[in-house]
Amino acid sequence: MQMKFMVKKACCSGGRAGALELGNCPKPIETPALLLSTRKGLPHFIAPDLLPSLPFPDSHLLQISPLHFLEGLASTTISKIGGLHQMLSLHQYGIAAVARDSIQCLPESKGATKLGPSFETPCGRLSVKPKDYVEMISCMRPNIWATLADEVPAWVSEKRNKTSVDRTVRWLDDCLALNPAAGSVFGAIVGGPNLDERKRCAVEVAKRNVSGYWIGGFGLGERIEERPALLSAIIDVLPDEKPRMISGLGLPEEILEGIDAGIDLFDSTYIYSLTLGGFALTFSLDKGGNQYDFQRCQVERDLTKINLRAKVYRKDMSPILGNCTCYTCQNHTKAYINHLFNVHEMLAQTLLEMEAIKDGRFKKFRMTFIESRRVHQETEAVCV
Amino acid sequence: MLPPLHSGTRSRQVGKERANALWNRNIVGQSGVVRMFRGTSLQAPITWCLCFKPKPKPKTNTTNMLPPLHSGTRSRQGYSTTVTNAMALVFEVLGRFNRARAARLTLPHHVCQTPLFMPVGTQGTIKGLTNSQLEDIGCQIILGNTYHLALRPTSELLDEVGGLHNFMNWQRGLLTDSGGFQMVSLLHLADITEKGVTFQSPVDGKPMLLTPEESIQIQNRIGADIIMALDDVVKTTITGPRVEEAMYRTLRWIDRCIAAHKRPHDQNLFGIVQGGLDPILRDICAKGLVDRNLPGYAIGGLSGGEDKNSFWRVVAQCTAALPEDKPRYVMGVGYPLDIVVCSALGADMYDCVYPTRTARFGTALIPEGVLKLKHKAMAEDTRPIDPTCPCMVCKNYTRAYIHCLVTKDAMGSQLLSYHNLYYMLQLSRNLHSSIVEGRFPEFVCDFLHKMVCSRKSPGP
Ligand SMILES: [Zn+2]
Repeated sequence: MQMKFMVKKACCSGGRAGALELGNCPKPIETPALLLSTRKGLPHFIAPDLLPSLPFPDSHLLQISPLHFLEGLASTTISKIGGLHQMLSLHQYGIAAVARDSIQCLPESKGATKLGPSFETPCGRLSVKPKDYVEMISCMRPNIWATLADEVPAWVSEKRNKTSVDRTVRWLDDCLALNPAAGSVFGAIVGGPNLDERKRCAVEVAKRNVSGYWIGGFGLGERIEERPALLSAIIDVLPDEKPRMISGLGLPEEILEGIDAGIDLFDSTYIYSLTLGGFALTFSLDKGGNQYDFQRCQVERDLTKINLRAKVYRKDMSPILGNCTCYTCQNHTKAYINHLFNVHEMLAQTLLEMEAIKDGRFKKFRMTFIESRRVHQETEAVCV
Repeated sequence: MLPPLHSGTRSRQVGKERANALWNRNIVGQSGVVRMFRGTSLQAPITWCLCFKPKPKPKTNTTNMLPPLHSGTRSRQGYSTTVTNAMALVFEVLGRFNRARAARLTLPHHVCQTPLFMPVGTQGTIKGLTNSQLEDIGCQIILGNTYHLALRPTSELLDEVGGLHNFMNWQRGLLTDSGGFQMVSLLHLADITEKGVTFQSPVDGKPMLLTPEESIQIQNRIGADIIMALDDVVKTTITGPRVEEAMYRTLRWIDRCIAAHKRPHDQNLFGIVQGGLDPILRDICAKGLVDRNLPGYAIGGLSGGEDKNSFWRVVAQCTAALPEDKPRYVMGVGYPLDIVVCSALGADMYDCVYPTRTARFGTALIPEGVLKLKHKAMAEDTRPIDPTCPCMVCKNYTRAYIHCLVTKDAMGSQLLSYHNLYYMLQLSRNLHSSIVEGRFPEFVCDFLHKMVCSRKSPGP
């Protein structure tokens, strides 16, 4: 189950397209890619037999929080079953384990000690030591796992932020020293909104023997304008040949920014929160990056999403997106999903999540990105 | 035999309700019903169901006494020259064992195999499962609740978008109930009068009235393959004159339902046999409905807390009184054991929220009975829910994993609902094929053996 990563195309800004090969995935996963966020290993509302109806290979990467399983399932039992892939029956999927999940398992900086980070979860506050974490990982056997990070919000003191970098690097060493046999290690990088600390952390982590990098500490109160500089400070010191994953960027435009900076893997909590709120993503880009004009109706929608709870969709017998090939758009109308939301039926979320994840959207995002980059480069070449 | 009642006779009938009851009790009771009823071993239908020793004399008695009405004159489509009721179904019995039968039921939207179980999709969906999942597990008919659908998204909207089939994009069979039962059971202030069911609107609190005509009109708009007549339901635990009143009112309302039914060529109106636990009332009701020559019949008012023996006795009596060539639907019945026994007694269709409701509480249906996945012992159990079950959930997941999901995560009840519905639908399929292949007794013995044996030992 050795991971292989290859950068296929890079451009001046730092953005790049690559391929991630995982032993159990039948095809390489093209990056930049989105990881499906999960709850206890399964996408929030999509039953596993529906997963194959999502396009391959975009949705073959799952992000899992090992801490979810502390609620009622011993690591030894997971090990006895044969690890996460076996237990979830997702044999051909790539699984990336990250302790935090941006939804229900949030880093709680106040509870962190030098021994390990602390998380706010549905079953209370959990403190996790590197030793326990590595033990969990060894039992669960994910393809990729990020080491523990002391993530702090942007408003903490310089001193606390510095401590977080020290701890994160020490925990990385602790994890590596325990030498777990399972999966590829992604070293955690933090440093809050401080450029120097970000750089210091990245430099230290880059010295270690890791297979890739996990960038944490974003989406915790930093200003959007600060981000590009922070991201490039980190990316500049990281070797090109290893994959970079990030948590905490949500909005499509934030992800685009991340792609620009050279991030390869993203979490997808935005889809989850959209789905819960009853929104469906409707933006779809043609190859030139132009947005199709799907709907005349401007009520309750901006250009990229619509709210299916809105009354105007009560009788709307058209699909969410006319040319979309996902299960939901092929089978159901806006009126039906509107009804399901009105009667609080879970199926509504299921259908919407499938719609959102069917990342024709995300893929087009990427394609458009790559093509516009290429056009950009060509223009530059001509100018030179 | 009573002549078919016409709408003109209705008003007269209302006034003579009590007299009619007396007349029926004396005449019908003495000559036919009671004798027939004694013949079919009413004490313990379960016993003879278990033994599978058909009692030849009473059996021939019942079939001889109550031949299928009009069967000689009716064509395959269910039309006859003498009875004008149109039908939108074909019911062909493919195999029998004693009273049990396996049939092909052709509805406007789907060709079904009976015995069949109908999952309940109250709001036009079944708890978190998609249509393709329902098709995968072999769901043939979904039951929609008229009361809920009429509130949201409203029957007018459904009509406008081409019916519930179109709205939820479900290509197979649909059945809607009359809405009456839901009102009586969900709304405290519901009251039944001769006009219909009066209730307080859950929207604005104003008094509203659901008449038989209105129920049918709403169901015509929803457009299900099978629609149910509005009946007057009383709990089986209630006794006395109220039961009799409800039965006669159900009979009077069926004529109003038939008269109001605007789409008899694409929707099948089923009448509902009422009469509580009183065999005489049940028989009067069954006869009255059979005279109306409906496309199918339901046995209503059961599974409301009566004891098993009374329940099976009523089912046995009603199935014997209903025509051989029409589907028989036992309403609200859904425990696996009940379905097996009722099928042995000649019933064909069932519906129940039990499999999905029990899934929400973390309980799985298995051949040995039930498996409580919330139980601590499940946390380390690496076996599937039911090692003999070929469903997606059992093929892929362990009890330990489901235990970790159950009741806390939506996915837990979704996976359990999936397995439980699969179990019920598989049970229906097994009933069908065992009857067709002539091994029904073996199947039932095997089924009961597993359930009974596991009760002696403390769980799987
Ligand atoms: Zn199963």
